Amino acid sequence: MIDWFVWVQVVVALLAGLLCVAFALAGKAPNDLAVFSLGLVELLLIAQVVVSIVAPFVGNAPSGDALEYWIYLVTAVLIPPAATLWALVARSRWSTAILAAAAFAIAIMVWRMAQIWFVQVA
Amino acid sequence: MSAAASASGPGRVLVAVYAILALAATARSGYQIATRFEEAPVAYLLSALAGVVYILATLALALPGPAWRRVAWVTIGFELAGVLVVGTLSIVAAAWFPHDTVWSWFGRGYLFVPLVLPILGLLWLARSRRRERQAAGEAGRAAS
Repeated sequence: MIDWFVWVQVVVALLAGLLCVAFALAGKAPNDLAVFSLGLVELLLIAQVVVSIVAPFVGNAPSGDALEYWIYLVTAVLIPPAATLWALVARSRWSTAILAAAAFAIAIMVWRMAQIWFVQVA
Repeated sequence: MSAAASASGPGRVLVAVYAILALAATARSGYQIATRFEEAPVAYLLSALAGVVYILATLALALPGPAWRRVAWVTIGFELAGVLVVGTLSIVAAAWFPHDTVWSWFGRGYLFVPLVLPILGLLWLARSRRRERQAAGEAGRAAS
């Protein structure tokens, strides 16, 4: 993980979550912007996978347990697409709420992963 | 004849949040059992059981039919009992739970979602059962 990149991910995920909450409160079914925001969160997660594979080779290894870190990361990568599929089957404001829940879950998981990488000692 | 408990909007959100919790709890429990089972076998086995029950609850809320509806009542009820009992024990008998599990401290490690979610789940099941009875009652009156 890279310090500033973690912040970017968490902020983007939180903004995506807030955006989808706003749309859901306004009674909107998932629109392009909501789905795109989740897509951006997913894209950043995939970039995170690449970073996490390369980083140890350039001297940036997790201080905590690598297995635990990867379990979180793999789980996180699965969530936005699964949530989007589940949400788009029935298009309503509740579907948009599902996208929001997924985005917030990712924000929490990235923060937790940063703890494992930077703070925890294996 | 019951549709899936998740047939309408809020039910779908419930399924989504349950799925995320089930995934997180099961993955973490699997990791704990695989790497340091001997440190807290009781706690980790409980976590594994909780994970399996969450998966069942997610399916039971998503799938239609009276059988799945019954499974939903049982699994969600079990979870609520679990988080209350284990939550209490993890505070008063902390020696049994040297490492946090999904139900420790009433689900504190998961932002208390394990405590709030089954309550919402049971309320949702009760509401959808009430609605189905009303609908069945109206259909009966219309037919007669």
